[in-house]
Amino acid sequence: MALAFHRQATKRHDPMNPRNSNTLLIVMIVYALYTLVPLVWLLFSSTKTQAGLFSSFGLWFSDDFAFFDNLVATFSYRDGIFLRWLGNTLLYVVVGAGGATLLATMAGYGLAKYRFPGRRAVFAVVLGAVAVPGTALAVPTFLLFSELGLTNTPWAVIIPSLISPFGLYLIWVFATESVPTELLEAARIDGAGEFRTFFTISMRLLAPGIVTVALFTVVATWNNYFLPLIMLSDPDWYPLTVGLNQWSNQAIGAGSQPIYNLVIMGSLLTIIPIVIAFLLLQRFWQSGLTAGSVKQ
Amino acid sequence: MKHIPSTATRRALTALAAGTVAAIALAGCSAGADDGGSESAGDGSFDSIEAALETGGEITYWSWTPSAEAQVAAFEEAYPNVKVNLVNAGTNNEEYTKLQNAIKAGSGAPDVVQVEYYAFPQFALTDAFVDLSQYGFGDFEDDYTASTWNSVTDGDAIYGLPQDSGPMALFYNKTVFDAAGVAVPTTWDEYYEAAKAIHAADPNAYITNDIGDAGFATSMIWQAGGQPFTTSGTDVTLDLQDDGSKKWADNWNRLVEEDLLAPYGSWSDEWFRGLGDGSLATLVIGAWMPGNLISGAPDGSGDWRVAPMPTYDGTAATAENGGGGQAVTKQSENPELAAGFLWWLNNSEESISTFLESGGFPSTTAELSSEEFLSDAPEYFGGQKINEVLAAAADDVVEGWNYLPYQVYANSIFGDTVGQSYQNGTDLNEGLTAWQDALVEYGDSQGFSVNK
Repeated sequence: MALAFHRQATKRHDPMNPRNSNTLLIVMIVYALYTLVPLVWLLFSSTKTQAGLFSSFGLWFSDDFAFFDNLVATFSYRDGIFLRWLGNTLLYVVVGAGGATLLATMAGYGLAKYRFPGRRAVFAVVLGAVAVPGTALAVPTFLLFSELGLTNTPWAVIIPSLISPFGLYLIWVFATESVPTELLEAARIDGAGEFRTFFTISMRLLAPGIVTVALFTVVATWNNYFLPLIMLSDPDWYPLTVGLNQWSNQAIGAGSQPIYNLVIMGSLLTIIPIVIAFLLLQRFWQSGLTAGSVKQ
Repeated sequence: MKHIPSTATRRALTALAAGTVAAIALAGCSAGADDGGSESAGDGSFDSIEAALETGGEITYWSWTPSAEAQVAAFEEAYPNVKVNLVNAGTNNEEYTKLQNAIKAGSGAPDVVQVEYYAFPQFALTDAFVDLSQYGFGDFEDDYTASTWNSVTDGDAIYGLPQDSGPMALFYNKTVFDAAGVAVPTTWDEYYEAAKAIHAADPNAYITNDIGDAGFATSMIWQAGGQPFTTSGTDVTLDLQDDGSKKWADNWNRLVEEDLLAPYGSWSDEWFRGLGDGSLATLVIGAWMPGNLISGAPDGSGDWRVAPMPTYDGTAATAENGGGGQAVTKQSENPELAAGFLWWLNNSEESISTFLESGGFPSTTAELSSEEFLSDAPEYFGGQKINEVLAAAADDVVEGWNYLPYQVYANSIFGDTVGQSYQNGTDLNEGLTAWQDALVEYGDSQGFSVNK
């Protein structure tokens, strides 16, 4: 009895004293509202016409219901440039984020599992690189790429996206914990080459980590705005982020043609794939994030 | 809803552009040797332009004007040998950043580019544009209003042709004024009284909105007779406390310090809403505004009217607000053809009428005085012949105004300096002084000699 009482008292969420969890609940409700209200606004607004947007309350329907008209107009406006932007974004995500994930996985694994001179120096550089925000590098990157004659081409967006120091670091930690060195030695004794070991054994063990890194890089590339903004001047190569901003800017200045209804529908369509990716992969995401947090 | 890149992004963009201005300002001094390349190609007359249009070729044109597509299509029909690649490289600041970067990089600039008047000196004085006087473009001077022609020229050098213009006028919501029982102001003193009366009648209604807008402030200083920016070569004189600047600041202070201005920026969704529902009573803005009201605030139809811009002493005076033209870049490999397209774009009746149909306001004297233009009486403005008021404004633009050779940068830091006065409701003169200090320092660091 005494023991049970003692155990209860040390619990963080004491059922005898529910005040704690109420506070937590309120904080969580406020946070959920804070996160969801813009999304709800987006959903309601996507049903309105350009005129309806400015004459009705943001978190409810207006008199006209134009969801499907907006949907059709978004895809057909300017000969379907939205589809082109969607295709560009997919290209940047598949090649850029896909490549970044592959590179981060191979490099992180290599650094975790092989001993070679200069390893510590690489470690220091990678840790340093994690701390530098991509936006700060955009301007030097632009000047470098213009020297190479690569600005205004898809490469200008893809090549910088291939680098993910944080992803590399994550895989490194993950590989140290979840790929037993004994297993690699066994594979070597059985005659498997290093690449075969990596692709058939290690990658499977690393799967949760790889998915986590993939999610990080996919989200980063999908939302990438500043880099393509300064690298590209031809709208045919814009990703969705920069393209939607161009539509939004149509409302500014002389001869403006506001198409906020299409900007809103376009934004809604732009976030749907990311939401789906999160819902499908969050299982891996969580296990990947906590990997290495407990020493076995 | 966000229409403008965040402050951080804009600042980074501006920083990028800023770095390149310096390089160009310096390069401008030593570029004499390779200037001959494009200029010797022309034989100094308009004939070479017409020949280039017949021979044809391919050029790239950067523009965000909605009418550009129709204009390019009509041009290609008239000159079937010419192919024009129309690219929307971004709206105003974004395009300037890309243009500046392309100039710095030495490649990637278009042949013909749209530039607003306030940004013209920055590119023209740093040797980015072809001087069109060599093709006899000086003959077109009389086709344009004095203020727009002055905006694209520097002495004898002609760096572009004007497209639209924005002589300022007072757009007001008649229904709001009638309901509050206030007369339409003709002077700034009356405007201030009207601001108090309208806000008192309906606490949600404001005379206008302003949270600090560099384009608006410079136009207002222009109207007040200020000439804060003078440039001669690389010598810049900067005085944001000259008589005109102070006159405007003292006038506008009353509205700022007494919270009589709606606290949101132009082109925001609150702004469009306010234009439609009567919570914004007036706009002091360029003559290109009617089309924007019609398309952006359809709920305000029938309520709006146009009157001359209020003045300080009753003598008609106004300024240009916004508007711009097109120029031929030095990177163009076929400057004759590019100049030919530019001439057709901003001097042919066909192109100008296409531009007017899209809601633009002309810079050409022929259109401004044509019967058809002046007799237009849109339903939206209750059948008022608004172009009579707006065309008259074009004649009343105060002379002698110039922008800085780094006005794009200057405008981008307006919010950090004068914007503080708006935000705190304090003396605008202090903000102008802070802006001045920042601009002197920046100009010196860019290779200009400021106030020396």
